Amino acid sequence: MKLDTLAEDVGEWLRGTGPESDIVMSSRVRLARNVAHYPFVSRMSEQDRGDVERFLRERITASPAGSQLEYIDVGRLEEVDRQFLVERQLISREHAEAQGARAVAIDGREQVSLMINEEDHLRIQCMHSGLDLRGAWEQIKAVDDQIGRVVPYAFHPRWGYLTACPTNVGTGIRVSVMLHLPALVITRQIDKVFRSLHKISLAVRGLYGEGSQAMGDFYQISNQTTLGKTEEELIEQVGDVVPVLIDYERRAREFLVRETQQNVHDQVSRAYGILRTAQTITAEETMQLLSRVRMGVLLGLIGDVKIADINSLLVRTQPAHLQKIRGVELDTKDRNIERARYLRRHFEGGTPQN
Amino acid sequence: MQCQQCDKQAVFHITELETGEVRELHLCEDHARVYLNQSEAAQEGEEKPAGGGLSGSLAVGQTADELALLDKKACPMCGITFFEFRNQGRLGCPHDYVHFEKELEPLIANIHGGTQHTGRRPERPAAAEGESLAEGTDDLTRVIGLRRSMQEAIACEDYERAREDRDAIRGIEERWLAGPHNETGPAKADRATDET
Repeated sequence: MKLDTLAEDVGEWLRGTGPESDIVMSSRVRLARNVAHYPFVSRMSEQDRGDVERFLRERITASPAGSQLEYIDVGRLEEVDRQFLVERQLISREHAEAQGARAVAIDGREQVSLMINEEDHLRIQCMHSGLDLRGAWEQIKAVDDQIGRVVPYAFHPRWGYLTACPTNVGTGIRVSVMLHLPALVITRQIDKVFRSLHKISLAVRGLYGEGSQAMGDFYQISNQTTLGKTEEELIEQVGDVVPVLIDYERRAREFLVRETQQNVHDQVSRAYGILRTAQTITAEETMQLLSRVRMGVLLGLIGDVKIADINSLLVRTQPAHLQKIRGVELDTKDRNIERARYLRRHFEGGTPQN
Repeated sequence: MQCQQCDKQAVFHITELETGEVRELHLCEDHARVYLNQSEAAQEGEEKPAGGGLSGSLAVGQTADELALLDKKACPMCGITFFEFRNQGRLGCPHDYVHFEKELEPLIANIHGGTQHTGRRPERPAAAEGESLAEGTDDLTRVIGLRRSMQEAIACEDYERAREDRDAIRGIEERWLAGPHNETGPAKADRATDET
């Protein structure tokens, strides 16, 4: 299984490269598609589920787009491996926890991922580091075209691509950008920003977080509507708001440095101190502290840490990653100890290994 | 602001809190009255109209009788009733967008603002020789209903009908699923009848 080699790396979205990558972690586009000759997933029999999985596997792996993908039977994976894919954002939590025939196909760079039998028969996702919605769109469009030539996507001239939930019908597109907005959180402007985003039909969600509580000041902005506008228009809708948010966050960071230099420096240093010395630490606290340290590095308050290392630690201190790296299953208590040990080792001497 | 159910000015702005979900309604006087009467009736009655925020908004502008009738309306392909959809918030098959078009239209307009797809359109998979395929795939979706019919026929040992259904499925699948991977479709129809 290739998953173990994946654990050594961090994947596309945490590479920490690409435009505006001090604030924009990643840009993602996903398309919801269904085959026309089977019921939607929630209404499929077990036999249907298997048939659709096989139909898509055969046709996708034979297409130019699919021949470069690693095809993984999600139903046969251990729980820790499924969780591992969730942490890398290659499959959804729902896909990990579902029952029955389902799969994912991933490219070596972890930019493209195809989920089979999630809420829709096929969910195509493309993720790029930094702010690069255009690049992600061009890539996913090519994949969608190649698969569409061999798979009869359910389509209606008026309603567009037909999806299991009417909230996705039409283009079936979800465009999202993940942002790191610690200064807006500290200066308590974040709620105001989100209220204005809701007014222009954009949704905000936290990273890994359940509900509205975002972990570690990472937020995902995405479109809510999918019908009546073209894919390009919907991409623009999200894309247009990102520079505004970047500008707000930069100004908030400048404000923090200018007005509360000592406080911020203190907060960031304490966070760094805890990460380097704690003996047991939860995933939540780690995210929160790494977020502060990440900001500290970007503000020039911490000199000896690289952004790419912080990004890498964000994912490698998640529960399944810790267990994959360690090579054994650990319960919550042992994970917290292992996580602290892992962090200490990484920060030793100030130059964490990658 | 415009009423979510018609073109009139919205004068009632209702925020519903349902099991952790917040739903906003903007209605004209007439539709607000219908809506409010209905939710009162539902609270008194034994059964509250099911469904969360999404399918719940369908209830607006329909009387209890109309709703009851609508709930029983089933898709001839996948067999899902509108009631089941309202409960689950997920549709059963692509044909639901055709069969329940009238009922889904206000809901979709509510969610998206638009009711006409303007984005990309699929390049059709290679059709069998001499065939040209429609842009919409409802013709292909008919095999979902035919498969159900075939299974029913097998169950009541009506092999004549099962054969007819199988041939119909083959015909449609050959048209739509032509190309190098043709074996998937007809093979399946064979397998089902072989089980008899």
